[in-house]
Amino acid sequence: MLRSRIIPALLMRDGGLVKTVRFGDGKYVGDPINAVKIFNEKEVDELSLYDIDATVQGRGPDFDHLRSIAVESRMPLCYGGGVRTAQDAVKLIKIGFEKVSVSAAAIERPALIKELADAVGRQSVVVTLDVKKTGLLGRHGVFTHNGRRATKIKLVDFLAENHANAGEIVINDIDRDGEMKGYDLDLARTVRAAVDTPLTLLGGAGSTEHMRALIDTIGVCGAAAGSMFVFNGVYRAVLISYARP
Amino acid sequence: MIAIVDYGSGNVGAIMNLLRQRRIPHILTGKPAELAAADRFILPGVGAFDPTMETLMRAGIVDTLNEEVLGKGKKALGICVGMHLLAEGSDEGQMPGLGWIPGHVRRIDEERLGAAPKLPHMGWNSITIRPGAALLDDIDADRGFYFLHSYFFDARDPDHVSARVSYGVDFPCAVERENVFGMQFHPEKSHANGMRLFANFAAVR
Repeated sequence: MLRSRIIPALLMRDGGLVKTVRFGDGKYVGDPINAVKIFNEKEVDELSLYDIDATVQGRGPDFDHLRSIAVESRMPLCYGGGVRTAQDAVKLIKIGFEKVSVSAAAIERPALIKELADAVGRQSVVVTLDVKKTGLLGRHGVFTHNGRRATKIKLVDFLAENHANAGEIVINDIDRDGEMKGYDLDLARTVRAAVDTPLTLLGGAGSTEHMRALIDTIGVCGAAAGSMFVFNGVYRAVLISYARP
Repeated sequence: MIAIVDYGSGNVGAIMNLLRQRRIPHILTGKPAELAAADRFILPGVGAFDPTMETLMRAGIVDTLNEEVLGKGKKALGICVGMHLLAEGSDEGQMPGLGWIPGHVRRIDEERLGAAPKLPHMGWNSITIRPGAALLDDIDADRGFYFLHSYFFDARDPDHVSARVSYGVDFPCAVERENVFGMQFHPEKSHANGMRLFANFAAVR
């Protein structure tokens, strides 16, 4: 039987790893190659790496650095950050990433999603949307540039129109980032009802119980987390760990 | 010596790193002379069928591989899209495959998958191994392997299917015909089971 994927999501900045709270306050948590080696030993289901400065700085992926990380990995890898063209995706697959995530560039120009699918196969194309509640009704808006730039797209409509060429949808919940109080299960339900593509939620997990609740709510899915796998205890001491529900 | 066939496709870094850790002699090459000197081959592959087959044909090594694998009976292992290349063709493209194992690559029938998620079939899934499958000896079938695909190898002869996987529908995930092997999943990204599989391939007689 296909199992839900429990996914550490790591944020890269200046070559190192950081962990944010609600997309701010990046705290240094270590070196990516070291983290990959630890996660290898723990036989992690899948690992996601996001370069959170790439789009903001208007640059593409740092391929050389990413290659040095990828060769160490014995688990499936996804990369996101500054991917703007099919050539970027082809290069990332070639250096050892199974999946390539697009966000800002795909929102700006949705045709990119199909271009990536044609180049590397739909199964390797991930669309990641950073969302947070906006307005009086608290509907989820979609943001780019580390949550600083609002977009005009409507979450459910955008997914309905564009999921057919994506192999996975990742919903990154800015409101819950680093909070460790659990996923927004209503958000998960809404997105699950909108598309039948594999779905991963990121933002809010603080325990395996939170992941269990997500899986019980929407079925087989990806349960991704940052803080939970890099911090230990109430003082958030850095300790890389892994646990499945 | 295992030659990882270098035709500019797929994730060879992780495969090489794994073989290095297991101290299995290997070389990454697309040169006919070096390929002829190897005694087994890995055909990697991540991506879509046609671009992968095109890069293999452009590399000008199809004749060499046919001679070494079909002519001399050297062992070959195709992984993911590398496995699809072993078929006669694919629903995913128009190019002909190598045709080393009779069959055609087909899209998983989404209509029969029931509830979401549908395609792609992605994640860790358990497999059912046919007893005696040469490369799947001592593999933890419940733990299984990492899958990432929407197409599968529909082998014409059921005797060529060495393992199956279930994802709403049931389909082959490993094929085997004499000296030729194909794996739909990614052993290079499947931790202990994957390492075991490469060790089996290096040792299989």
